[in-house]
Order: sequence, then structure tokens, then C-alpha cells
Amino acid sequence: MEFNNNIPIYIQVMEKIKQNIVSGKLKLGVKMPSSRDYSAQLGINFNTVARVYKEMELEEILFTKRGLGTFVTKSPERINRLRHEMAKKQINAFINGMQKIGFTKKDMIKFIEMEFNNQERNE
Amino acid sequence: MNELLKIQHLSKYYYNKNALNDVNLSLEKGKIYGLLGPNGSGKTTLMKIIAGLHKQTSGEVLLNNRPLSYKTKANISYMPTENFFYDSFKVKDIVKFYSDMYEDFQVESAFNTLEKIKVDPEFSISKLSSGLVGKLKVALALSRNVELYMLDEPLNGVDVLSRDVIIDLITRSCGENKVIVVSTHLVSEIEKILDSLIFLKDGTIALAGDAEELRMSRCTSVEGIYKEVFGND
Repeated sequence: MEFNNNIPIYIQVMEKIKQNIVSGKLKLGVKMPSSRDYSAQLGINFNTVARVYKEMELEEILFTKRGLGTFVTKSPERINRLRHEMAKKQINAFINGMQKIGFTKKDMIKFIEMEFNNQERNE
Repeated sequence: MNELLKIQHLSKYYYNKNALNDVNLSLEKGKIYGLLGPNGSGKTTLMKIIAGLHKQTSGEVLLNNRPLSYKTKANISYMPTENFFYDSFKVKDIVKFYSDMYEDFQVESAFNTLEKIKVDPEFSISKLSSGLVGKLKVALALSRNVELYMLDEPLNGVDVLSRDVIIDLITRSCGENKVIVVSTHLVSEIEKILDSLIFLKDGTIALAGDAEELRMSRCTSVEGIYKEVFGND
């Protein structure tokens, strides 16, 4: 994983894990690597991974079983909510960017449809 | 108590130079500290005082709440910048030397590490590239079983790939009860493994704090902060 040194590393790792959960790469209830293994794998500090796990436990996306390790939540509702949160963030960033270059709501919708049609035709 | 090392009002004067000026620090177990600053900012002086190689002019250094002595010294693994190996030695002789020298040296793990970083024990020191010497120095310093490790400029004069190996060694060596202090001016390469930062400028602490908090509050990388702190000269 490549890191952007301008953004706190734990935030980047959290984003990555969330993406993997939402996209299905990380399945519900699956065991996460230990903080020590994961930090070695990512080439980052041990405490950073510990912090990631702690934060994501607070968000109820991960949970820890004493002595057994850290796991991905088993709740499909929580994952669904996460998917919505992430989608909303993407859309807002998109809308924001489009407004900056002068697009109205109608233009945006039209443009999205056009682009999708283009892509389908190219496939 | 999580504090391993406490430094209070530490100053060091040479004849015509004020190398350290009222330095106060507290290092906690389980963390990797970056001691950052340009050449001549006092990084090496600070490390040498902690290692017991220099005597401070004033102030106090406490390891586990005890003033520095020959006893505390045994609990510190210090790696100087210079290449301190004899050219005529083979790598395995140096490992032998370390295990004779330090009771806490872990021979087996040292040889495992050397294998992992591809340093052949039969090599003679004079034949090693500076990248290999750099890796060997760090591997040996980290093969001791102590609470405080201090690595002075471990990335200096080492190629990019060897740097990655060294950074990986440091990451894997940190444990709950240990403190690793790494001095460097090559910030961007190592910043992702640092917990806490200490910026040393002209012998005083210009800035210190948690790496992630500083990134967040200043909205830039550690390298960016480094440039902010030292750039105005």
C-alpha cells in the first residue's frame, strides 16, 4: 500500500480496510491480522495499526475477542450503513468538484448518463 | 509507569559551542521516536550523552527513574553513525565479538536476521558495500535485548533498497517495553514508522509531539513540518 505522507496514516489504513469490507474483499466475521503482522506487512508502525483497530472498534466495524484477535463485524446492517456513508462522501466530493466548474444538478445528471452510455458503447 | 527515559534541563557546552541547551524530554515504552534536525543540531551529542559516551554540563538523564551509570548503560544499545568495524574481520567474527561483548546479545536471532537481509557471515568487512555495512550495523544493534535502542543516522550513505530493509528491521524490532530512537535528516523515507517526533534545532527542542497529531494539526507531512521548522534559516 502506498501512503500519502500528508494525511495521517491511520486514516489512510482505515479507509483501505473500509473499502475492502464494502467491496467484499474482506468478508463478514473474518479475522484481521494481528497488529504486529499487519504493521510489518504495511511497513508502518505497530501503534498505528493498534490505533486503527481501536478507532474501528468504536465505529463498530471491527470487534475484538479477548485472546482471540480482531474481527470484521458480522452485522450486514452495519456494512450497509458503511457503504452508504462512503458513497455519500464520494458523491459529495463529486458534486462539490462539478459545482466548482459550473455544472448545475441537471447538467451533472445528464453528463453522468452520457458518460455511462459512452463507456457501454466502448465495451 | 510507561516512561523509560526522562531528560531534565540537559545542557552541554563545548569550549566555544553550546551543543545542547535546556533539553527536556520524556520517552515512553512501546514507541519509535524520530530525532530530527539538520547536521550540527545536537542529535549525536544528545544520543552520546544518553549512551554515556559524553558527560553533560548540567541537567539530568534518568533511565527507569535511575540516573545514568554503568548499570543503566547495559540497558542501552547505541549505534553510532561511523563505520566502526575492523576491515580485516569477517561478518561472523563481528557477531562473535558482539556476543562476547554483550550478555544480552541474541546470536541466533542475529544470524537469522543476517540471512534475511542477505549478509553472508563469511564475507569480510572490507568487501562489503556501504549498503551492506549499513544493514549489518542496524541488525547487530537491534539483536541486543535491551529496553532502549538509539540509532544514529541509520539511513546515511545507504541505497534506497537497503533503506527499506533497515526501516523494516526497525519496525519489526519495536515491542511494548522498548523504545527506539532514530536520528535522521532523511525524513520522508522513515516518517511512516515514527510514533513521535523530536525536532532539534541549534541544541534546543523546537517542536515535539505525536506524528499523526502533528500531521493532522498542520495538514502536512512530517517532511513538510521539518521544512517549516528548519526552513527559515
